[in-house]
Amino acid sequence: MASIWEYANPRKFLETSDRVLPWLAALAGVALVVGLVWGFFFTPDDYRQGSTVKIIYLHVPSALIAINGWLMMLVASLIWLIRRHHVSALAARAAAPIGATMTVIALLTGAIWGQPMWGTWWAWDPRLTSFLILFLFYLGYIALWAAVEDDDTAADLTSILCLVGSVFAVLSRYAVNFWNQGLHQGASLSMDKADNVANVFYLPLLVCMAAFVLLFLALVLLRTQTEIRARRMRALLARERMS
Amino acid sequence: MIALLMRDLRLAVRAGGGFGLGLAFFLIVVALVPFSVGPETALLARIAPGVLWLGALLACLLSLDRILALDWEDGSLDLLATAPIPLEGIVSVKALAHWITTALPLVIAAPVLGVLLSLPAQGYLWLIVSLLVGTPALSVIGTFGAALTVGIKRGGLLLSLLVLPLYVPVLIFGAEVARRGAEGQAVQVHLLLLGAITCGAMALLPFASAAVLRVNLR
Amino acid sequence: MPELGKYAGAVLSSYGLSLLLLALLTGLSLWRARRMKAALRKVEERVKRHG
Repeated sequence: MASIWEYANPRKFLETSDRVLPWLAALAGVALVVGLVWGFFFTPDDYRQGSTVKIIYLHVPSALIAINGWLMMLVASLIWLIRRHHVSALAARAAAPIGATMTVIALLTGAIWGQPMWGTWWAWDPRLTSFLILFLFYLGYIALWAAVEDDDTAADLTSILCLVGSVFAVLSRYAVNFWNQGLHQGASLSMDKADNVANVFYLPLLVCMAAFVLLFLALVLLRTQTEIRARRMRALLARERMS
Repeated sequence: MIALLMRDLRLAVRAGGGFGLGLAFFLIVVALVPFSVGPETALLARIAPGVLWLGALLACLLSLDRILALDWEDGSLDLLATAPIPLEGIVSVKALAHWITTALPLVIAAPVLGVLLSLPAQGYLWLIVSLLVGTPALSVIGTFGAALTVGIKRGGLLLSLLVLPLYVPVLIFGAEVARRGAEGQAVQVHLLLLGAITCGAMALLPFASAAVLRVNLR
Repeated sequence: MPELGKYAGAVLSSYGLSLLLLALLTGLSLWRARRMKAALRKVEERVKRHG
């Protein structure tokens, strides 16, 4: 492997991702099944939260992907703006619907969890609010991609929107802290040590997080392939019309 | 640049270019609020700062697509892009013109509408200050959104979808300053943060707007 | 089936909804990928024949 930039060549990317994708998908599937079955069937109930603690195996990983999906789009947008690799822009485009879905999952599971625990489906708590705002950003980003016809223009516009949006998303995240103190418990996970979550819950949660990351990667690869093919097809059709 | 500003202002005033339309919209929104929540004075007084901020924000939003769309259609934007002024300057002037024609009247009208919502007496000063400090950010952010969607036909709805999430921090701090002012609490921290957002937006966003506009003019 | 107690509805519905959404996302991605592959192959063959 000479350099990572080799994969900026769409053909090379398609070849390699075709080879990697089945393994990645299988691994993601296995991890997802193992993590969720472990979490759902073989973990005890929390003494305070009862069986609702099992929702954590969906809530935390989807929230993780929702945020890091946007981060990945930000990096991909920067690569597109700086090095003009089409694959990068298309990967950002491919990731957006996945991130949006994950945001919805995080919000839904959060609402279902919050109902018995806090006695309300929804509270204007900083974290919930910023996730809602994140979802709006995803929607705007996807809508802008869909609205602009020319591929390169769309890639440029959405990349800049992603940059500006990232700044404002972070700004909103801290602004809502000033505006309302929340019910949400603080980050219950840190990478080095699990203080707040006991090991019985922690290990299956790690598996689930890994599974969601793998699933995200597999879906991004798959959807990027689709976008590359769609782009190539539009180019071919355009050339056909010209001649 | 001053010539450009004067031209934009003249166009806005003369050609029925929506000058005053935002103001009328603001008035209607505020007038509709008591119909939807009931005429209780205490309730209205409590929500007045937030309603006034939201109304001003929506009125700003309404006129955003006028910032660039007309110039785009008749081609004067292409001419401006080849003018010796940097495009960053042009978008800044456009935002300034939007602020003067749309946001400034809103700021001036807000206290009058505050009377309709029985805003407490101590709230007027901070309402005006918060709007004065916050609305330039709305104009600058809006110009960025207008630049993004300028090439899209019927981009009005998309423009709202893109711009509204960007307005969140400004709205939070602006409405918070106005609310705290009305309730007689300390406003300094929130006002400073609002000012920081406005300054940051004014300093950085013109570059993004100009970059986006260059892409669209390609 | 583990004993879920009084929160069975909450736990089951959140698992159900999440898995449904994930399945929808994966299904749509796969479906689009397959369709796009086929469509591209068709266009490529046509271009080759005429070009």
